[in-house]
Amino acid sequence: MPQTSPEPVIRARGLTKTYGAFTAVDAIDFDVAPGESFGLLGPNGAGKSTTMRMISAVSRRTAGELSVLGLDPETHGPEIRSQLGVVPQEDNLDTELTARDNLVLYGRYFGLSRAVCRERAEELLAFAQLQDKAGAKADDLSGGMKRRLTIARGLMNTPQIFMLDEPTTGLDPQARHVLWDRLFRLKEQGTTLVITTHYMDEAEQLCDRLIVVDKGSIMAEGSPAELIRRYSSREVLEVRFGSDRNAAAAEEVAAIGRLAERVEVLPDRLLVYTPDGEGALERVVERGLRPTTSLVRRSSLEDVFLRLTGRSLVD
Amino acid sequence: MSGGADVTQVRVGESAAPPSRTGWRAVRALYSGNARIVVIRGLLATRTSNWVVVVSGFFEPVFFLLAMGVGLGTYIGDVELPGGEQVSYAAFIAPALLAVSAMNGAVYDSTWNVFFKLRFAKLYQTMLTTRLGPLDVALGEICYALLRGVAYAAGFLVVMQLMGLNGSWTALAALPAVVLIAFAFASVGMAVTSYMKTFQQMDWINFVMLPMFLFSATFYPITVYPEAIQWLIKVLPLWHAVELVRGLTLGVADTMTLVHVGYFLVMIGLGLVFATSRLRALFQD
Ligand SMILES: Nc1ncnc2c1ncn2[C@@H]1O[C@H](COP(=O)(O)OP(=O)(O)O)[C@@H](O)[C@H]1O
Ligand SMILES: [Mg+2]
Repeated sequence: MPQTSPEPVIRARGLTKTYGAFTAVDAIDFDVAPGESFGLLGPNGAGKSTTMRMISAVSRRTAGELSVLGLDPETHGPEIRSQLGVVPQEDNLDTELTARDNLVLYGRYFGLSRAVCRERAEELLAFAQLQDKAGAKADDLSGGMKRRLTIARGLMNTPQIFMLDEPTTGLDPQARHVLWDRLFRLKEQGTTLVITTHYMDEAEQLCDRLIVVDKGSIMAEGSPAELIRRYSSREVLEVRFGSDRNAAAAEEVAAIGRLAERVEVLPDRLLVYTPDGEGALERVVERGLRPTTSLVRRSSLEDVFLRLTGRSLVD
Repeated sequence: MSGGADVTQVRVGESAAPPSRTGWRAVRALYSGNARIVVIRGLLATRTSNWVVVVSGFFEPVFFLLAMGVGLGTYIGDVELPGGEQVSYAAFIAPALLAVSAMNGAVYDSTWNVFFKLRFAKLYQTMLTTRLGPLDVALGEICYALLRGVAYAAGFLVVMQLMGLNGSWTALAALPAVVLIAFAFASVGMAVTSYMKTFQQMDWINFVMLPMFLFSATFYPITVYPEAIQWLIKVLPLWHAVELVRGLTLGVADTMTLVHVGYFLVMIGLGLVFATSRLRALFQD
């Protein structure tokens, strides 16, 4: 970290969580700067939620240092929780109450007055595009609406840091885009966001900087563009030869030379990492190979993850 | 993040155990002084509950009183109290039913309803991600749970008055006594429920409640039992509740009243301590 950067709002050093003999989070280090949108990208079981819960002062760390807004969650849990907005992985709305009451009551759990909570609830219902549903029971909302309500709820205490654990998992593409739009607005307003996801497109859309985590450890850190530059090629050529012939074709493809920096064999296709996808495809065809389908695309964080762990992000 | 200075700090961080949570700060971490809002949340949710079930809970002890006190009571005649006073059978069992209705209302809301909120609705988990502490949640839920028991009992006390079953002005004190009893049962109910994981375990609560209801000197004086059994009954909370209320409505309260009150204060203390520490262990660890 350069000397000039402002005090981080979250700082973790050797942060560790074990459950019995199992290490869910294994001595990770990271900083989150104020106003930054910080991501934890990793597959299921990587330890993302566990890390989020430790930051949110609802799970005690086993070892290491952790400071949130300059405070230690171990000794200042209530102070930290009152400054944080939390969107848990599972919607846990109060199903017996209306959408509006979910917001008002949640604000009042923080000790805010009824007048303040009512006003803020109306603003946030508008923000979440749920004015029409204000009087509906939370249980009767659609999945996307529930998620938006959970996000609105997390903003009731005007948090300094907004923690979102897999904000769009399980939503259809349209609902995801609506959500991304809302989160983008928050980011523009300067809210510090901490987001976990196992979707690379989500990480690319929303995160200024991210850590790639796997099995409790950090595999890489940087902005999405940096990570792609560092760990992948500019373009990727995807070719399919039929599942029984992919492995054999891989050697032939690798032999095209400079244009195949690296070849990954997936069960259903080959990924050719290359500075020039079209050029690589020409060479492949020149060698007499006939892929059943081919596709040239830009590198993504998915490729970064594959490179770092040898596995794909979403299984 | 890869600078040399940071690497040294990592080493320090790895060896340093987290600081311990003790002292005044530890108490403040448990309680934000906002249990009231937890009660308010319960009342808001009650608006949508099944009112037939809620109202039927009031009539249950009234039916018992009519069937057994008035009906059966005509065959039984009067009952002699330890001090030698004679009272009608209905006047004898009415205070016991009063204590039972306080108990039932409090236990219902602090066991089944708490179990649902704890395991399925994840309500406490959500509350504990906010400024609320585990003692706010426990105290708020216990206070909410005792409301139903107290409402049933207050209604029943009026029925007793109308039927001429209150033998003394001290019957007025039965109302605060009922609050104390409901508070104690709700505290212990919540504490026990917080350790329950399955519906089968929850059924054990009914298994304990029914015999306690039948055998705690509710329908006949405890002197019918041999001495050893009497001692066993006297350990159970419902016996203390029945005796406390009976002393007040029949006007035969004595120094034992203080023992009963002490018993319930201990129940409240233990229930709160266990419910609070269990909530913390479940959702803030
Ligand atoms: N309370 C717990 N007890 C035991 N193991 C747990 C507990 N919570 C999480 N784990 C384990 O820790 C690992 C990381 O979980 P989690 O942080 O939820 O991962 P992610 O959010 O990245 O999918 C998983 O293997 C999970 O099974
Ligand atoms: Mg998770």
